[in-house]
Amino acid sequence: MQTWSSVSICVLLAVVVRWGVSLNSYSGAGKPPMFGDYEAQRHWQEVTYNLPPQEWYFNTTENDLMYWGLDYPPLTAYHSLICAYVAKSINPEWVELHKSRGYESPKHKLFMRATVLVADLILFIPAVVLYCFYLTDGSSKNKVSILFCFLLYPGLILIDYGHFQYNAVSLGFALWGVLALGLGWDALGSLAFCLALNYKQMELYHALPFFFYLLGKSVQLGLMGRGLFLLGRIASTVLGTFALCWLPFLSDPDHAMQVVRRIFPVARGLFEDKVANTWCSLNALIKFRSILSSDSQVYFSLACTLLAVLPSCVRLMTKPTFWQFKLALANSSLAFFLFSYQVHEKSILLVALPVCLLLNDLPLVAIWFLHASTFSMMPLFLRDGLLVPYVVTSLAFLFFSIYLLSPLEQCSEEQLRLGAYRKLLFFLPKLDLACIVRWKFYISVAAMAGLSFVTVALVPPPHLPDLFPLLVTSTAFLQFLGTFIYFNIVQFSEPPSRKSQKKKKN
Amino acid sequence: MAAADSRTWFPALALGVSLLKCLFINAYHSTDFEVHRNWLAITHSLPVSRWYHENSSVWTLDYPPLFAWFQWSLSHVAQHFDSNMLRVENLDYVSPGAVLFQRLSVVFTDGVFIYGARECCRCVQEPKEQRDVLSRPSFVLAVLLLWNFGLLVVDHLHFQYNGFLFGVLLLSLAKHLQHRHLQGALLFSILLNLKHIYLYMAPAYGVYLLRSYCFTQDHRDGSVGWRSFRPLRLLALGSIVTSVCALSFGPFIAMGQLPQVLSRLFPFKRGLCHAYWAPNFWSLYNVLDKSLASLGVRLNLLEEAELPRASMTGGLVQEFNHAVLPSVTPSVTLVCSLLSILPALLSLWGGPWGPRGPWGPPAFLRVLLICSLGSFLFGWHVHEKAVLLAILPLSILAVQNREDAGTFLVLTTTGHYSLFPLIFTPAEFPIKVLLMLMFTIYSFTALRKLHSGQGRLLCPLESAYLLGLIAVAITCEVVFPLSPWQQRLPFLPLLVTSVYCSVGVCHSFLRLYVSLLRPQEKPKQL
Repeated sequence: MQTWSSVSICVLLAVVVRWGVSLNSYSGAGKPPMFGDYEAQRHWQEVTYNLPPQEWYFNTTENDLMYWGLDYPPLTAYHSLICAYVAKSINPEWVELHKSRGYESPKHKLFMRATVLVADLILFIPAVVLYCFYLTDGSSKNKVSILFCFLLYPGLILIDYGHFQYNAVSLGFALWGVLALGLGWDALGSLAFCLALNYKQMELYHALPFFFYLLGKSVQLGLMGRGLFLLGRIASTVLGTFALCWLPFLSDPDHAMQVVRRIFPVARGLFEDKVANTWCSLNALIKFRSILSSDSQVYFSLACTLLAVLPSCVRLMTKPTFWQFKLALANSSLAFFLFSYQVHEKSILLVALPVCLLLNDLPLVAIWFLHASTFSMMPLFLRDGLLVPYVVTSLAFLFFSIYLLSPLEQCSEEQLRLGAYRKLLFFLPKLDLACIVRWKFYISVAAMAGLSFVTVALVPPPHLPDLFPLLVTSTAFLQFLGTFIYFNIVQFSEPPSRKSQKKKKN
Repeated sequence: MAAADSRTWFPALALGVSLLKCLFINAYHSTDFEVHRNWLAITHSLPVSRWYHENSSVWTLDYPPLFAWFQWSLSHVAQHFDSNMLRVENLDYVSPGAVLFQRLSVVFTDGVFIYGARECCRCVQEPKEQRDVLSRPSFVLAVLLLWNFGLLVVDHLHFQYNGFLFGVLLLSLAKHLQHRHLQGALLFSILLNLKHIYLYMAPAYGVYLLRSYCFTQDHRDGSVGWRSFRPLRLLALGSIVTSVCALSFGPFIAMGQLPQVLSRLFPFKRGLCHAYWAPNFWSLYNVLDKSLASLGVRLNLLEEAELPRASMTGGLVQEFNHAVLPSVTPSVTLVCSLLSILPALLSLWGGPWGPRGPWGPPAFLRVLLICSLGSFLFGWHVHEKAVLLAILPLSILAVQNREDAGTFLVLTTTGHYSLFPLIFTPAEFPIKVLLMLMFTIYSFTALRKLHSGQGRLLCPLESAYLLGLIAVAITCEVVFPLSPWQQRLPFLPLLVTSVYCSVGVCHSFLRLYVSLLRPQEKPKQL
């Protein structure tokens, strides 16, 4: 079969699955007074359409920030504005100021879902196709398999099309950035990444690797010559993009500061709900929130995050190759997820993106992690009534990624890059590390399946109502922590030789 | 598809499509959902004697008794999901539990279809040279069957149990291809007692079994050897068919309800065409009548006032009087259908048979297709869904023979497109378009690859016709609803769709006839 037809079938299938998930419920459906993220997005359309940009981020009589006030950077607001114009032309009731609060109807749901699909089709899916075809090694069949798994990653589908968010936009911009850097178009890459950053501040998780990769590259080119020129070009691109995005808010410094305050709400506490990061998981043992003051919580978590990011960034700067860049993206975003302040469970998608980029190089760990990341969001899916899509897409992803990428057959110690572990564990008797990894994979998949089942089927004991969510997040946390250590070690070991890449059967 | 081993691809395909089906649980479902729910309630809560008399819902039980028993057995699982759906008086009952159960019952009973498809894939002769898995005939056949667009849409969006029924059909065909005729006949008579629409295929079965099973020897020239008739074999066949029918209808005969059951099964009170015209001969006939009438009015040959009213509404009215051409009665359609399949049956009987001759299972399949397409084209009150009766068995031929592959492409594309009006809700619009695109792209590329080096599959005119379908689709589905005509002529898109598609279906019917009667290239032995 020709490659174009398999690619188009993959893309069509991915879109069918996305649309199939979107037929289900969304967050906060029929739950007044606050509803959920769906209402938040609708409300932003209402606000941006009816109020001048100067009022978007301010608490005024017309704009109640306590009710889903805008807390994303300007690009999100512009996107909402565009959607609002379309909504207005279809049905003005959808964006009417104040009166449209909590508006729900099947037609409106269809419209909102369609906006997600359009953004996805324009930004994310093309970037994935191009990435798989230009920056993945192997035969065209192998590329199609990677594409298939990448597009069918359940976490993103369930959050965007089930729960309701526009992660495909920010992740799509970030992926365009990665793609451009991989192809050597550094200025374009930084432009795309700035757009991502201006769409969602959480893209900061990826910012350090971008910065250090470009810095390292400039240093390599020689800071006095071409490197300086490159650095200047990138700096002006970044400044220009930011200036353009923030144009309506730059006239008054107070105004810009208010936007920044809205985007980085430090008053919200170290973590909310149940998140599979360090603070929430250690909360059972140490109550950080009561020991530390609110300010010191911020500094403490910031220090921990920077400490965790530092090694991989330094390594990237000294060796600015694309391989190191991909690993650093994964490491940095994982470090942010595990240690930073005010992390949401959905932020794991920011880690999932770079891990998807590693599907071809480290299939077993990537699949494992992606599966765990979907699992970590399970309590959220259950709250939104997305049990069936969660089960279906997770099963499909687990089965087809293992079937198509055959990670369990390609897991010799060399392919898993366990050399460093071997050196670290020199004092232990000779163990078959690859075999241990494989068994750990089986056990963790079984544990995740079991916990999913238990959460759905059993009622928690009355004195421990949060038992199952806590078990879920701590299981996921352990796997994230293990992946973090593993990726760091891989980053510090030798880069993959071309030979071992070619040996892979396809 | 790195590890796509020859043994594992079939389960992978089946699992993939089953999971996809589960995603459509919350999608739109038609009134057929309520029909089957009502049947669950009737069979669960009423005694057998009331099954075919119960009429508190408009959706009375109108499938043969074995299907009623099938619903009865499902109802025993259903009570664990939501027992309220099993009460006859709960009309139009919908609850999350009921939806989940009904949808999952379709997905799970599709297991029969998966099994049938696997048996058919085993009957396909693989080429000698070792090919890539993806371009093996059995792989292509598996995809064409399991991922069939029509079946996905009709069963898992619209809601019916065709997958299960087609599974029995495919199993029976596979048994015939393996020359296990008695098992095949048994399965087919069970199928007839599950859904009587398969009666369309019965003539082909009858002639084939009589000719190839009851007569064991042929003359040199391939004509039938009358002396080799084996009465015992005929007796065996006859007893199988009668015992299955007795099992199914026996209780009702004993209760003296046979006329009542039959009146439910064959309601001739409906019109010539369904509300939406199936793409068959009568839709062309209607349009011809319409154009002649308006031409007559324009040339002042006809008085507009004398024309029957409400005939341009595209079939909202069930009773349909033609203005210029003679009106059609059920008996006319019956005669037309019989005449259309008669040459095929005669050629199946008289064709050059022989142990190594070209006649045999492929010819049987072709005649079977002609039977189902013939009754689709000329039958009374045909549903557009009935085109699947031809599409699915044709897949088996399409992967083995170049000419049939061409016919398959024409028939599936037009037949599948004609199912579009079935799913009219905006939320499901992307699903039907994407699934259709997926299946069409796959069938074109895979069949081309499979028959590469043997000339092209479609002639330029056919390709142009199929490309025209894209224009029709865009006009009917996107442009027209936005145009002002939507208010005045709401049925125009349906009419255009059905007429355009009927040309393709008629053409593939003729193509099938040509390939049956002119076997110049030796068909591959199955």
